[in-house]
Amino acid sequence: MTSPALSLSGSASIGGEQVFAPLVFTVPAGQWTCLLGPSGVGKSTILRLFAGLDDGITFDGQITTSNDLPFKGRVSLMAQSDLLMPWLDLPENVCLGARLRGESADLTRACHLLTQVGLSDHLDKRPTALSGGQRQRVALARTLMEDRPIVLLDEPFSALDAKSRAQMQNLAADLLTGRTVLHVTHDTAEAARLADQVLLMGANGITCPTPPQTHPPRAFDAPETQGFDGYLLRLMLEAT
Amino acid sequence: MTRVLRITGVTLFAVILWQALVSATGLPRFILPAPTLVFDTLWKSRALIAQHALVTGTEVLLGLLIGAALGFGTALLLAASHLARAVLRPMLVFSQAVPVFALAPILTLWLGYGLWSKIAMALLIIYFPVTSAFFDALMRTPTGWLELAKVMGSTPLRMLWRIQVPAAMPGFASGLRLAAVYAPIGAIIGEWVGASQGLGYLMLLANGRAKTDLMFAALIALAVLTLVLHAAVDRLCRRWDR
Ligand SMILES: Nc1ncnc2c1ncn2[C@@H]1O[C@H](COP(=O)(O)OP(=O)(O)O)[C@@H](O)[C@H]1O
Ligand SMILES: [Mg+2]
Repeated sequence: MTSPALSLSGSASIGGEQVFAPLVFTVPAGQWTCLLGPSGVGKSTILRLFAGLDDGITFDGQITTSNDLPFKGRVSLMAQSDLLMPWLDLPENVCLGARLRGESADLTRACHLLTQVGLSDHLDKRPTALSGGQRQRVALARTLMEDRPIVLLDEPFSALDAKSRAQMQNLAADLLTGRTVLHVTHDTAEAARLADQVLLMGANGITCPTPPQTHPPRAFDAPETQGFDGYLLRLMLEAT
Repeated sequence: MTRVLRITGVTLFAVILWQALVSATGLPRFILPAPTLVFDTLWKSRALIAQHALVTGTEVLLGLLIGAALGFGTALLLAASHLARAVLRPMLVFSQAVPVFALAPILTLWLGYGLWSKIAMALLIIYFPVTSAFFDALMRTPTGWLELAKVMGSTPLRMLWRIQVPAAMPGFASGLRLAAVYAPIGAIIGEWVGASQGLGYLMLLANGRAKTDLMFAALIALAVLTLVLHAAVDRLCRRWDR
């Protein structure tokens, strides 16, 4: 699996209303990029464009991958809502993609991935029997099962309590290593922990503040993490 | 358990009220027979009533089964195809302008006095509620699920079968619960228009001979049949509730 870099240049509107003015940015290959910005600035719209969920979005510009292969079939998506199917048990939820493509489902691998995300005791359960944090772990296992080079995350941890959120961040940072990750978030502390690169999106376009040199996931209480968190917050406030 | 107690209590109360009404007004038995007389008749004519109940039950069950299957299929077709939606939906809505009861004589003319005209009646009465309940639920599938499926590379048909259908089963269940109440109405109307068997037929027959107690007994049997059917369908549907 070679994870490509992604780039976007252009502007988007929905129903005649501009969502973002012309932008240019690149998401480096095989790295974790946080797309940070206040609510309503158009972060999810950008993610939807990369995911091919562009119904209703008028995009004027270009979206490319560095190896010029199409996006279709090489992207997986994890959203704020876990989107688990309540009628399927956990391994079947993890195998959903294979079922939908008419491929044979590798349940052994699904159980292995569920074990990796710490759910080995819950394999025969339905999603409704799990906590929010556990459900998002299943969604992560489902994303890993898809095994796509490009992973798009739309605030997947923002609905979790502080402890589950921190655990999920570590788990995701660990298990998604090597893929091109574009992680939409409005949480500066999260970006300060996880990002190899930050794209800060404001009403006036995108800037790229440089994260600390240390390797993510960074310690919460490390001075450089907290310093960068504060810096990002200041930039966000100044931009509006 | 408390539910059973409550229902028993309410029924008992109604029977006592009924008995009190008969005693107080002294209405003749061919207008309002006393409950004691009705239950006596119900017991004495149990073989006759059971025989006719079996016929009505068969009509209702087959009507329910076929109508639910047709409704399920139609809703799927509507959800799967733009063309089907464009063509069938106006027809379905328009067909609702015709009172189904008014079709009973025509169905009897076409399908005869036997079971099938009643099955057709029951089926027609439940077809639209089942179709529309299931179709609405299919179209209300949360967009997040559909988008996830799209990113995963699903074909539209697999998306329909693996996501929309299971997601819509609670809607189908609510259509089915309604159907369980409607289907006996259809069968009885069909029997009233023309039949030689069934509880509806028995009621008309008893009425013609001024055997009001038998009429009431048949009515009670019909109510019990409907309640049992509803309870059974409800039990079946519970697996789809969320
Ligand atoms: N389906 C839609 N219809 C109309 N406007 C929309 C729709 N989706 C998003 N928008 C608008 O686009 C803007 C950006 O939305 P979004 O990309 O979701 O922002 P973010 O994810 O940064 O919070 C918002 O102002 C929102 O009002
Ligand atoms: Mg958003």
